[in-house]
This record gives sequence, structure tokens and C-alpha cells, in this order.
Amino acid sequence: MKAILSTSNLNIGYKSKKGVTTIAENLNLNLTSGKLISLIGANGIGKSTLLRTITGIQKPLSGKVFLNDKSISEYKPLELAQNLSLVLTEKLPPSNLSVFELVALGRQPYTNWVGTLTQTDIEKVHEAMQLTQIEHLASKRHFEISDGQLQKVLIARALAQDTPLIILDEPTTHLDLLHKVSLFKLLKKLTQETQKCILFSTHDIDLAIQLSDEMIIMTPEMVVQDEPCHLISKGSFATLFKDENIVFDAEKGKFIVS
Amino acid sequence: MANKKRNTILFVLLALGLLLMFFMSLSLGSVNIPFKDVYLSLTGGQASKSTWEYIIINYRLPKAITAVLVGTGLSISGLLMQTLFRNPLAGPYVLGLSSGASLGVAFVILGAGFLPYFLKIIALSSYGIVLASTLGSTLVLLLVLLVSQKLRDTMAILIVGLMFGSFTTAIVSVLTYFSTAEQLQKFTFWSLGNLGNLSWKSICVLAFSVCFGLVLSAGSIKPLNALLLGENYAKSMGLNLKKARLIIIFATSILSGSITAFAGPIAFIGLAVPHIAKLTFQTSNHTVLFWSTLLFGAIIVLFCDVVSQMPGFDVTLPINAITSIIGAPVVIWLLVRKRNFQ
Repeated sequence: MKAILSTSNLNIGYKSKKGVTTIAENLNLNLTSGKLISLIGANGIGKSTLLRTITGIQKPLSGKVFLNDKSISEYKPLELAQNLSLVLTEKLPPSNLSVFELVALGRQPYTNWVGTLTQTDIEKVHEAMQLTQIEHLASKRHFEISDGQLQKVLIARALAQDTPLIILDEPTTHLDLLHKVSLFKLLKKLTQETQKCILFSTHDIDLAIQLSDEMIIMTPEMVVQDEPCHLISKGSFATLFKDENIVFDAEKGKFIVS
Repeated sequence: MANKKRNTILFVLLALGLLLMFFMSLSLGSVNIPFKDVYLSLTGGQASKSTWEYIIINYRLPKAITAVLVGTGLSISGLLMQTLFRNPLAGPYVLGLSSGASLGVAFVILGAGFLPYFLKIIALSSYGIVLASTLGSTLVLLLVLLVSQKLRDTMAILIVGLMFGSFTTAIVSVLTYFSTAEQLQKFTFWSLGNLGNLSWKSICVLAFSVCFGLVLSAGSIKPLNALLLGENYAKSMGLNLKKARLIIIFATSILSGSITAFAGPIAFIGLAVPHIAKLTFQTSNHTVLFWSTLLFGAIIVLFCDVVSQMPGFDVTLPINAITSIIGAPVVIWLLVRKRNFQ
């Protein structure tokens, strides 16, 4: 399978006046189409920095990020928007946007100077809303719906943007178990039906193990990418949290409080 | 969709309202002129009295046109600011442009005593005042643009604007402390706002600046819609944030700067009209909001102008006071009725 996004010898971190803070070194990741890939790691390990770097928001310390065989730094904003869409954790500013209008904003990289929706645009918006099963919410205002519904709406917006790669930053926070599961299943379904690649960061490791095609584990020492079953047999999860209070049970495939 | 139909009806009503207000502002005043004669004078026909024709062409028409320009310009700049700063309280005042203009005028009127005699005459002419307020707002604009290049955070620009505002206000109060009663009176008159007294030449300059600002604003409709989801989403949808922000700030500055220069600082319109449009149309889509804010702005300033002319009386009330007296209750009433302030 061809990689949509790949990194070669990528070093991530921050440059400041005091010097260089390296967060992770020598990353060689491959995101291929049709795959649901989760990114896990403890708080403060640098998941956001990694996501910011591979989405081109932040410059790498060294190494390259390739999106469709072209360095991400060479993309113009508009071209990048046609290849990569995001679902962020930040709260939406107050507005009167309806769910339909919000999803339709995802068509901005394709619309004319005032953002008029063509027939194709409207079809794509409906398709995205159908896939995420939010059609019944179309005329509701975005602040009138529940957190779980809003998350689906934001995913629909990313779908409407019609990109081969979607990256979500912690899409399951604030959701209860039922909605977490249904959101994960939705992401899984989307990768299978649309052949898109979806990368998301999460703290719901148990669910991610069960539903992801591949996982990227970040620990202070290393960053590994593999299928969940391989990661379990390699014992990678045991290195995730360095604390005697929590251990990984390889047989059950989940963390247990000891 | 039902919404589209409702919007079309509202737009037709607004357009008719604008036409009606325009005619009313021409017809009502210290001398009431019948609509028929207003129409005749405008179309080059013969009004029943030649004085009426003279009043309309030389006094009321320039004033009505100024009112339309002031209303549209200030309202649109308010709309741009509110979306850019994600703040319902933002308006052209927040960038400190009006304060900059006030500072310029204050220097000329209140500081004229320090100037040699011939410069004093020039400075205190109406051109001197326009020039001073333009310089004042341009100076603040340049500072804001300079700062906005340095700052990545939009909120920081808002705070810088507010700081410029208080800074200039402080200097104005220091100047008033050292000025004579006569100078103070003149400055107070300027600060009350005035839609009349503009020559056709000034109106042309004002119209050109306002149109330029409006064209830039119309070009920002799509970025503004993207900004409804916040700056990060907007960027992820292909928006060149720095460029869009610069254009939006520039458009606002041209609009409010030129208007304050010619008509004085006019309060309330920039803040309230976008809210009236948003609450009436129940949308955040800037394609709709642009046109509705434009129409509402023109109608409301024309209406305020009609009220300030006090039909049947000889006096004209200050426009700045009228806009606030009429506007503030309208916004409160709309808020209480609709309850979502967005």
C-alpha cells in the first residue's frame, strides 16, 4: 500500500533562545490509505508536537515530512487544505452556524471567492453528513447539539473537505464510553468505506487496541509504529507508563491497576 | 428552503425601507417638503417652490448621502471586527482609530493657541480638521498594522487597540485641561458628530474611501466565514490567515478612519448594527450578513438623521447622541427577545 504521509529521519521539538528541546528523534512513520491509525502516549510526551509537525503547522528540527511524495513545507495553504483535513480539540467560537453550514465550510478549499456552494459541493456535504449519520441535525445550530453529535459534525466537516488524510486530535475526550465506542466504530467504517487514512491521538488505549489497524506509541525513549497485536507481543505497551501502579496485561490486551 | 424565502422577503423589505428613509430624510426637517416635490427636484423637474429645490440639492441630498455612507461604512467595519476578534463587543472603536482621529482634531483645535497666527487660521479651517483627524487615525492604523505583523495572537491586537485608545483619550484630556472655554466648545461640537456641512467634493472623497473599504470587505466574506470556526480551523481550510487579517484590519481602518474624519466620531452604529442584522436574519453566514448589515446601517443612520433634524423645529440635535439614544434600547430589546447574543 502506498503511503499518503511519511516522515524520514524526522526530529521534532522546539527551538527557543535557550537552545533546542528535542522531543523525539529519527521518526520514520508511514501513514497508508484505508488505515485507521491511533497515536498514544502519556500526557506531555509530545503527541501534539508530533501532530503539529506532520500537519505542517510547526517546522521539524530536522528531517522531512512527505505528503504524497512532496515535502509538506512546499505546499501552499490551499493545496495543503485539499490533501489534509483536521479535527481539533479547541472549542468553537460563538456563532449562529447551523450544522449544515458548518459541514459546508469544509468545502472552502474548492469554492469561489465568496464561497458559493455548487451542486457538487452540496452533494459532497450531504454525502459527508450521510456517512456520519447526522443528516437529521442539519438545520440545528451547532451549540444546540450534544458533545458526541458535535464531534461527528466536525468529522463530517473534515470529510466534506475531501482529503485523503484526516488527522484528529483527541476526538474522544468529553465523551462517555458508549459514544467513544460509536465514534471509534465510525472512524473505522470511514477508513474502510472511503479508503481514507485517519490518524487520531487518544488516551483510550484499550479501545484503540481493539479497533485500530495500526498504532503509534510514543515513549520518552522511542516512537514505534506497528499493528496492535505485534505491539502487544513485542511488549511495547509495558513501556508506556513507568509506574508500579499500572501494568499491561498482554493476554487480556489491556491495562490493569495493580 | 424556508430560510431562503424568508431572507429574500427581509431583503426586499429592507431595500424598500432604505428608499423610504432616504426620501423621508430629504423631505423632513425644519421645512417639510412634500414627497412629490422631493421627487421633482431630484429628477430635474420643477418643484413647487424654488427654495425647496435649493434646500434639497444643496443641503439635504449631500446630508442624506453622507448618512448612507457613514451608516454602511461603520456597520460593516463593526461586522468585520466582531468576527475577526471573536468578540461581540468589538467595533471600529476597539482599534483606537476614532481615538486617533480625536487626538488629531484635539491637537488642532485645543493646541491652536500655540501656533503662529497664519498657521492657526489654516488649522482651524474645516479642511484642517479633516486633515488632522485623517492623520490621527492613519497614525493609529499604521501602529496597529505594525503591531499586528509582530503579534501572532489576534486577541493581543485587540488589547493593543484598546491601549492606543486609552492613551490617546488621556492625551486629549490633558489638552482640554489647558484650553480655553471657546476651544473646548469647538472640540465638543466636533465630537458630537455632524452629517451636514460636507461639500460635494468632500463627499466624493468620502464615497471613494467607503467604496474601497466595502470592496475589500466583500472580498473578505469567505475568510470571515472560515474564521467562524476559529483561526486554526480557518488555516486548515486553506486560509492565508496573515493576509486575510491584514486586509480585514486595513478595510476597517479605511472605513472608520475616513468616516470619523468627515463626520466626527459617531458612536454605537459600528457595534450595534451588526447585532441587529445577526438577530434579524438569525445567521452567521457573512454573505447574508454583509448585505443586511449594509442595508440596516444605511437605514438606521438615515433614521437617526431624520430624528435629529426634528421635523417642524428649527434646531438640529447632535447625531452622535441620537444614534446612541435610539440604538441602545433597540439592541437591548432584541437581546431580551431572542436571547442568543452571537
